[in-house]
Amino acid sequence: MADRILTADFESDSLRTLDGYLARGGYAAAAKALRDMTPARITAEVKDAGIRGRGGAGFPAGMKWGFVPQTGDEPRYLCLNADEGEPGTFKDRIILSRNPHAVIEGAIIASYAAGIHAAYVYIRGEYEAEARRLEEAIREAYDRGYLGPSVLGTGFGLDVFVHRGAGSYICGEETALLESLEGKRGWPRLKPPFPAVKGLFGCPTVINNVETLAAIPFIILRGAAEFRKNGLPTDPGTRIFCVSGHVRRPGIYELPLGVPLREIIDRWAGGLSEGRVLKAVIPGGMSAPVLTADEIDVAMDFDSVARAGSMLGSAAIMVIDEATPILSVLGIVVRFFAHESCGQCTPCRLGTAWMEKMVIRMERGEGKPADLDELIRLASNIKGRTLCPLGDAAALPVLSLVRKFRPELERSVGGGRGPRG
Amino acid sequence: MNAQFPAKLEESIRTVMARYPHKAAALLPVLHLVQKELGAISPESEERVAELLGLKPVRVREVVTFYSMFLRRPAGRYHLQVCVNLSCALLGVRSLLAHCQEALGLRPGETTPDGMFTLSTVECLGACEEAPCLLVNEERYGRVDREKLAALLDDLKKRHGR
Repeated sequence: MADRILTADFESDSLRTLDGYLARGGYAAAAKALRDMTPARITAEVKDAGIRGRGGAGFPAGMKWGFVPQTGDEPRYLCLNADEGEPGTFKDRIILSRNPHAVIEGAIIASYAAGIHAAYVYIRGEYEAEARRLEEAIREAYDRGYLGPSVLGTGFGLDVFVHRGAGSYICGEETALLESLEGKRGWPRLKPPFPAVKGLFGCPTVINNVETLAAIPFIILRGAAEFRKNGLPTDPGTRIFCVSGHVRRPGIYELPLGVPLREIIDRWAGGLSEGRVLKAVIPGGMSAPVLTADEIDVAMDFDSVARAGSMLGSAAIMVIDEATPILSVLGIVVRFFAHESCGQCTPCRLGTAWMEKMVIRMERGEGKPADLDELIRLASNIKGRTLCPLGDAAALPVLSLVRKFRPELERSVGGGRGPRG
Repeated sequence: MNAQFPAKLEESIRTVMARYPHKAAALLPVLHLVQKELGAISPESEERVAELLGLKPVRVREVVTFYSMFLRRPAGRYHLQVCVNLSCALLGVRSLLAHCQEALGLRPGETTPDGMFTLSTVECLGACEEAPCLLVNEERYGRVDREKLAALLDDLKKRHGR
């Protein structure tokens, strides 16, 4: 990979230690930011870099920081979103275990820019080993004055705490994350108010994804123009693509935004596994509409993938071969969203449960082709009718699977009596 | 006044509570601590946690039942959690799950009568580059095939002289 910024030296075991990180120029960006730059200058640099949120929504990170009011006595908070629950996504886990100090350094810079003195890392409960490793890195940073009451001796204070989730996909949604962090069920909040104004404990809050924060030190140290040398004007920089499924070399690949999907699969991930033929690709995590084998000549950046009718999301690419029945993919998708619907909005709570029941009946060979229309009707009634994006996330992949693979599904749903006898 | 937890657990709970400006925010980490120490979260534990954090017990119950990692009954000594999401399914996790079911005589959600093994299915564990994968308690095993799984199960059984 030509330009590895975030994942340079990921193979080295020393990178994860403070000394290893320092030896590679670590914390120089935090020193520059805290000693030589004003908060406004930092935010402007990050805005100029145009880095879009790497969690999936793609909102410009610098703008998020800029929304935080700097007046008033109430505390402000940073939440690092390490909840990474989107099926197919594993980049944040690898960043946290290989290069935790880059994430801490990004958090220091973001906090200084937005006038924040307390940060919480919300890490998914299943990442127990990664949470422990992050705690170690944080302890090292405290011991050597990179965190605590006077970061780098500048008088700027920052505390960072690790907060483990407990098995809930919805808590990756930023307002559900806030609820969960406050000790509640992960029920998304109505927006507005947006978290930048009224977030954690009702206070102004910045929520950034792990990969986004890990990219900040480079932007501060080398400048927005250097960051923009990779990627596209509308979506600059590199991104960590997660590739899994029927490829020879599953793994993470840091590549410039806009790289063709076909190139990621064929060149970087080594193409389809021995003897397998491509059938479909999910380009941005399970919430992203599926692409057929004929649709993979798409540039991988937020806008291009959206134009192709899908979404870049968390940049998790799942590759599906010709021998895989689409009904089995559909079954996994509907089970997942039925399991993870938080139950707050009726269209999602009931809609996902009904879709699951219908697909289970199809799997038993008791469906009929008209059930596919019913699935489309159900999914369409969830879409756009929920508080949070999980509704659309459940509806869109189902709609795409049914519409793009209808002839195959008609053959496999069975000729039974169907739901209405 | 509810029965207190063992002194060491009460102390860790108070340490965790100090990280938050509102003690209710410590609920998830406190429940993790209780479960790690006592194996599950009983109604009595819910009451004590509620008392410590200044919450109504029902607030604790709704959180315990919302999050899939919190257990209301203890799992077996070894809790096998097999990922059944897409990337693992594409690489044959169904046959591994069938092997587990056969070798342990369990269906997902069940525990062996001697309390040694619990078998569960879980959604994506975020380790798809190592698919198919599973957890044994907190340890993740990746690129599992039938031989590796059989060896793993044998090893776990041997550790307890079965």
